[in-house]
Amino acid sequence: MDANRTARANKLLTRWTLNFLLFLAMAIICLPGLWIVLNSFRPTVEIMAKPAIWIPREMNFDAYIAMFSGIGQGGIPVIDYFRNSVIISVTSTVIALAIGMAGGYAFARYRFPYKSSWFLGLMLTRTVPGIALSLPLFFVYAKLGIIDSHFGMILVYVAMNVPFTIWLIDGFFRQVPKDLAEAAQIDGCTRWQAFWQVEFPLARPGIASAGIFAFLTSWNEFALASQLTRSTASKTLPVGLLDYTAEFTIDWRGMCALAVVMIIPALLLTYAVQKHLVSGLTSGAIKG
Amino acid sequence: MKATRLSPHILLLLPAVIVLAAVVLFPLILSLWSSLTPFRLTRPDSIYQFVGLRNYERIFTDSDFWWAFGRTVLLLTVALNLEMVLGLGLALLVERASRGQRILRTILMFPMMFSPILVGFQFKFIFNDNVGLVNNALQSLGLTERAIPWLIDGQLAFFAIMTAEVWTSTAVFAIFILAGLMAMPRDPIEAARVDGCTPWQTFRYVTWPFLMPFAFIAMTIRSLDVARAYDIIKIMTNGGPAGRTEVLWTLIARTGYGDSRMGMANAMSYVAILLSIAFTAMFFRQLAKARAQVAGDW
Repeated sequence: MDANRTARANKLLTRWTLNFLLFLAMAIICLPGLWIVLNSFRPTVEIMAKPAIWIPREMNFDAYIAMFSGIGQGGIPVIDYFRNSVIISVTSTVIALAIGMAGGYAFARYRFPYKSSWFLGLMLTRTVPGIALSLPLFFVYAKLGIIDSHFGMILVYVAMNVPFTIWLIDGFFRQVPKDLAEAAQIDGCTRWQAFWQVEFPLARPGIASAGIFAFLTSWNEFALASQLTRSTASKTLPVGLLDYTAEFTIDWRGMCALAVVMIIPALLLTYAVQKHLVSGLTSGAIKG
Repeated sequence: MKATRLSPHILLLLPAVIVLAAVVLFPLILSLWSSLTPFRLTRPDSIYQFVGLRNYERIFTDSDFWWAFGRTVLLLTVALNLEMVLGLGLALLVERASRGQRILRTILMFPMMFSPILVGFQFKFIFNDNVGLVNNALQSLGLTERAIPWLIDGQLAFFAIMTAEVWTSTAVFAIFILAGLMAMPRDPIEAARVDGCTPWQTFRYVTWPFLMPFAFIAMTIRSLDVARAYDIIKIMTNGGPAGRTEVLWTLIARTGYGDSRMGMANAMSYVAILLSIAFTAMFFRQLAKARAQVAGDW
């Protein structure tokens, strides 16, 4: 009887310890983000206060108002940065998706010599560190006169996103049974029609999430953007974040506000595709 | 007629190959050439001056370079292993939660959408010796009187960077391992339990081999993008204090853009590129092996 009770107590204790650990882990994941959001609403005096003020006494939107009110009033050209970021990210995502769909389809549906070497080779282009790639690109772009332009940034981001898009889309097309397209072809479709009317609709959620992944990569990229952009003509939000840092001081409040502006689109998009993203990347894991 | 027709897979892959050749391969060839010259941005003619392997000889005898190299390898090895272990633990914890799995998984995605540069700023703020969250908390709790100079002391700064790095990427491992756990068939685990395996044995010989490909996918995805740590380090310490957190990537940026010694920086880049390729190729091979093993077993 006694042994029974101890065993039960032990089990309960383990369960609560594990629950506590889970809670702790989640708190560590969430806290930094919440800290940023909180500080974007607080006046600078309160952020700098010693000893620290834990419960905010005053909350306002001043940082956001200042940010959008233009240069001179403590603002940075955030609307320009936002526009550049959107143009560059969206265009490069669309192009990368088109190229990635073609490539992914080739890997999922055709057999050809050295297939896995080709795959590995394409992936390896992605491993080149951004900063290492930026050195020769800086030189080439300067020669071609496309430094500090949307076109230049879009080109780089397409190349950066293509390998990963191929990997994801390859996974999604492999989940679509081959027989379906073959059946459509027997019924008189051309391969092209079979693709658009049978395989594409089935793989669409996956392709959408590949697109969002590509979008986020371009949206968040810094190493290349910081060297290949110069002015408001092409600076993106991650580079714009540096505007809040001076030689020795950082405007923490303004920076937090810009961080929130950057994170909200990313948050919404990631939430929308989370399920498909994981299934696409892992679909090859079991089936090979 | 037949000779001019390309097979469809070549046509389909052609755009990808062209873009990557133009934007990645060609610049890399250029940078290989310029790593053999004393090229400086301020003297454009110097790109035609061939000096052989002089840049490489110099960096290989430069102790700063080797320190940066060692630090990079250390950072990657410790961070990747730590992320793997923590991610596995996190995935197991989430998997056994009976309620609220959906919301837990959403929270797990949270660090993934943070731009690395944002992570850098965030942790620079949190570890700030004056107004940071960590010092504020420690002082309010009375654990320490003076402010701990997190980003000013070399070793503490390295620790802070490691924390930021682990915070961003542990979730990647957790998400993929969780996907593996959920895809896993239940029968083998029950069979192992009936046969009298301890929970540890069940995990070690049944669960883990099944999860391995998923862990390696996460590893591969991570290693494709290891240089992301550059953004974090650039913001948090920019290689400082006094070069104590200098890694290859910050050293390249400083040599190439700061001192405008492009030839030298390109030589360093090549070492960094080969390092990344080595990491990725290693994980790709293990991924293939793990796949083959699982396919054989189940």
